[in-house]
Amino acid sequence: MEVVLALVVGVIIAGALYLVMQRNLLRFVFGLILLSGGVNLLLFTAGRPIRGAPPLVPYGLSEPAGAVANALPQALILTAIVIGFGLTAFALVLLLRAYERLGTLSTDELTARVAEPRPIADRGDGEVAP
Amino acid sequence: MNSVILRSATNLLIAVLLLFSVFLMLRGHDLPGGGFIGGLLAASAVALYAIANGHRAAVRLLRVPPQALIAWGLALGVGAGFFALLQGDPYLTGQWLIFAFAGVEWKLSSPLVFDVGVYLVVVGVVLTMVFALEER
Amino acid sequence: MSWVLVAPVVLPLLTTAALFLLRERLEAQRVVSTTSAALGLVAAIVLLGRVSDGGIQVVQFGNWSAPFGISFVADHLSAIMVVISGVMATAVAVYALRDLDPARERLGYHPVFHVLLAGINGAFLTGDLFNLYVWFEVLLISSFVLLTLGNRREQLEGGVKYVAVNLVSSLIFLAATGLVYGTTGTLNMADLAVKLPQADPALVVTLSMLFLVAFGIKAAVFPLFFWLPASYHTPPVAVSAIFAGMLTKVGVYALIRAFTLLFVGDVALTHTILLWVAGLTMLTGVLGAAAQSEFRKILSFHIISQIGYMILGLALYTPLGLLGSVFYLVHHIVVKGNLFLVAGLARATGGSFELAKLGGLYRHRPLLAVLFVVPAFSLAGFPPLSGFWAKLVVVRAGLEAREWGFVAVALVVGLLTIYSMTKIWQAAFWTPAPEGTTLRDDVPRLLYAPVIALALLTLVIGFWSGPFVALAQAAATELLNPAAYVGAVLGPEAAAQLGGTP
Repeated sequence: MEVVLALVVGVIIAGALYLVMQRNLLRFVFGLILLSGGVNLLLFTAGRPIRGAPPLVPYGLSEPAGAVANALPQALILTAIVIGFGLTAFALVLLLRAYERLGTLSTDELTARVAEPRPIADRGDGEVAP
Repeated sequence: MNSVILRSATNLLIAVLLLFSVFLMLRGHDLPGGGFIGGLLAASAVALYAIANGHRAAVRLLRVPPQALIAWGLALGVGAGFFALLQGDPYLTGQWLIFAFAGVEWKLSSPLVFDVGVYLVVVGVVLTMVFALEER
Repeated sequence: MSWVLVAPVVLPLLTTAALFLLRERLEAQRVVSTTSAALGLVAAIVLLGRVSDGGIQVVQFGNWSAPFGISFVADHLSAIMVVISGVMATAVAVYALRDLDPARERLGYHPVFHVLLAGINGAFLTGDLFNLYVWFEVLLISSFVLLTLGNRREQLEGGVKYVAVNLVSSLIFLAATGLVYGTTGTLNMADLAVKLPQADPALVVTLSMLFLVAFGIKAAVFPLFFWLPASYHTPPVAVSAIFAGMLTKVGVYALIRAFTLLFVGDVALTHTILLWVAGLTMLTGVLGAAAQSEFRKILSFHIISQIGYMILGLALYTPLGLLGSVFYLVHHIVVKGNLFLVAGLARATGGSFELAKLGGLYRHRPLLAVLFVVPAFSLAGFPPLSGFWAKLVVVRAGLEAREWGFVAVALVVGLLTIYSMTKIWQAAFWTPAPEGTTLRDDVPRLLYAPVIALALLTLVIGFWSGPFVALAQAAATELLNPAAYVGAVLGPEAAAQLGGTP
């Protein structure tokens, strides 16, 4: 079981790295989403998955009856998913804004467009875009 | 999105969804559920409403800006830990108030306050993002 | 009694809530934000006092005993870092009162600033590896927002690089945390200090390298620093000063914690790698700075070179080396934050961050020139300023450890730092202003207040270095005796397992 999961993690992360290394930033973000999925699966695998009941204590007892799954990796993954969700949402909004302002999502062109001299006098930080 | 079916269905569903989200939050102490998943469901309900009736209608429905929800949620969540300090326990230790009223045993607790805080923060954060993307 | 330990995190979070509710009232926001930052400093000083008197302070959240719950642990290092973050937060909050444009304030600068503080302090205080990841993310996402607040072109371009690299580093951190859990079955750092030595040594070294990469990206060490000079000069000064002071230092703190508490099983290998990282970081940072001609870009590259010194002290792994690291951290945060604020004053007066467009500041504002000289020469290591003692301790530690080559690098880097600082001095302060530029007189006086305060602090650390060295000494002693940390969190039996004295 673990071996299969480990292989799946490897394949997902390999695919994610391929996407992360693309010049297009949108693909980069897709790679990041895939990467965080792979890492979450890694967390799950590292937590020794066992076939068992959900880790719930039945009413009236003080401990679970019989073997239950390890709850901690699941809690960690849930937290990681939430954080990943927020970060991905932010990254997408950032890309949207960058595309609006700079007109490109290619890493090569981004730097070039910012380096272009601009006609308006710039005082450093006064100007704020809507 | 301009669809009569979606709009009518949403207007009926949103009440059920919001009620169910509160139910999920309340049952979360002992069973699957909790403030996070409840808040996510409530936020999805409002997002659905925004898709069906437009962004402005959803803002009107919410009445308060989502940032205010984040603020109150944060204050409740962080504040829930202070009940423990009053009792001399470490921060965030659960404090329980159990009493009988109208023939039913009521259990009020600081984890419940914390869960309500989480619920509000999640609704606020998700809706901030949804509105930021919908505005254009 | 646990309130002092949670206050550095809880206070900024409650402040955030209050600031969100005061959304439309900017004047009230400014008052609340500054007051809260000052209160946070007071709470941090109280915490440091407690740690000095009563040893390592621990809170088990929700009364769940370690290693099952989340622990907050304040030893000397954590408490010192929290105090210094309080100092910087207060200085920057005051500076932001007059520096920020109302548009950015309306977009939410103040609340996000306090989320950032909560993240920074949480990372310093937590005693749990996964919780450290969570606080890293809290500070990371608020730093994303602060960095891109206002959506200027350069900000977006720098922000994209910053976000991309830091997201990857977070995922490496998360993966490493998961693998540590898989190896040892625990995430509590004290518990890990007990259990990691029992795990397969090769596996532990591999894990340590994953953490080195993850924290190394945050700390901007060689060769993982490229995001820093690409982004730190783009946001307003009130943002970049706190970034320059604190953010990379959270990474350095995490490296110190990881390589004194967790990964000390194979010091010959891991700390030799750190040593090379430190040397190359110093060198590349200072050489990068030499090629720059923009005020804040020069300072950004110097952040990198200075981080090399801190890692050098850690890599030597001797009492004197760690003392040097901790002292260097404190000195550097104050000085570097202050230099960014001075850069802001120079721009407010001279109209630009470009050295070519600046000039004549010495004649126009002698006070500003003095305020630049104090941190700049402290950074370069002139006696008797704080940087001199910091460099002296690290260099002496290097000599004692017979690492001649790295000592030589440290000294050369010091000289090159003088070169960069004199370049700024020459271009911005000494030479007359270029044709067509007017030097302004209407710079708000309040902007000078935090700069003067931090410059005075630099002088105090320099002239009365005794108490500061003693604090750093206490921190270094604790770092080299993990049993004390373990004993405070898990109890004396666990500490005895490590074979030390609790």
